[in-house]
Amino acid sequence: MFDNIFGIHEPALLLQGQRLSVLANNMANSDTPNFKARDIDFAEVLGGTQGDAPLALRVTNPADLTPSEGGLPAGELKYRNPYQASLDGNTVEMPVEQAAFAENNVRYQASLNFINGKIALLSYAIAGQ
Amino acid sequence: MSLFSVFNVAGSALNAQTIRLNTTASNLANAESVNGDPSQVYRGRHAVFQAMMDDSDTSDDGQDASAGVRVLGIVESTEPPTMSYQPNNPQANKDGYVYMSNVNSIEEMANMISANRSFSTNVEAINTARDLLLKTISMGH
Repeated sequence: MFDNIFGIHEPALLLQGQRLSVLANNMANSDTPNFKARDIDFAEVLGGTQGDAPLALRVTNPADLTPSEGGLPAGELKYRNPYQASLDGNTVEMPVEQAAFAENNVRYQASLNFINGKIALLSYAIAGQ
Repeated sequence: MSLFSVFNVAGSALNAQTIRLNTTASNLANAESVNGDPSQVYRGRHAVFQAMMDDSDTSDDGQDASAGVRVLGIVESTEPPTMSYQPNNPQANKDGYVYMSNVNSIEEMANMISANRSFSTNVEAINTARDLLLKTISMGH
């Protein structure tokens, strides 16, 4: 019964944590020549989990995702398309990264809130009052 | 990569931007210095950034995850210094010319502003990661 109690939010939380470090890395390398900005495509990684197996991540290529027993699911890192070309080959655009960072922040807190709510519900059911 | 790696990544960025600010300050301080010998005159210094590769990336997808930034070294600008006719300057050469440093103050100011913004953004990233981690630790309470 407790296998998929948190639904999609458990892998979503882990993935959002990973995305946070990818975005932070983009922001750290905003001045490095020839650095290409990366990001995790959520819709693709978590797609297909609403159906039969809520916790199974859809794997397009078995080599991409390596979920281990206690480890984090490795999301697929893609390259971000820049809006403008730059002289030194760096594709990081700071406002784009900041917006993605803020959005990820909100999603992470939303997942946390959902999980907290579920935990509170469980405690209520266990305690019976 | 987990949330904790954000601290290392942003910390490396703060360090790199600080070095960049230091070289900018040094350039601005020496923008007006002159010398009679073109090989001795001050040339603008710039830090070269490089993305650090993450050795702990265990996934086999063939993509190396980078984990922060580091300063490869400081390079001197190769722009030729301009000459100025100042016969009364004690450093003037025998023709009365001195060589000015090749520092462009406006460019250095733009560099300083850019370094400032990057620094603030990375501090924000650290603060956000810390807040999210604290909330995660207190999950369920």
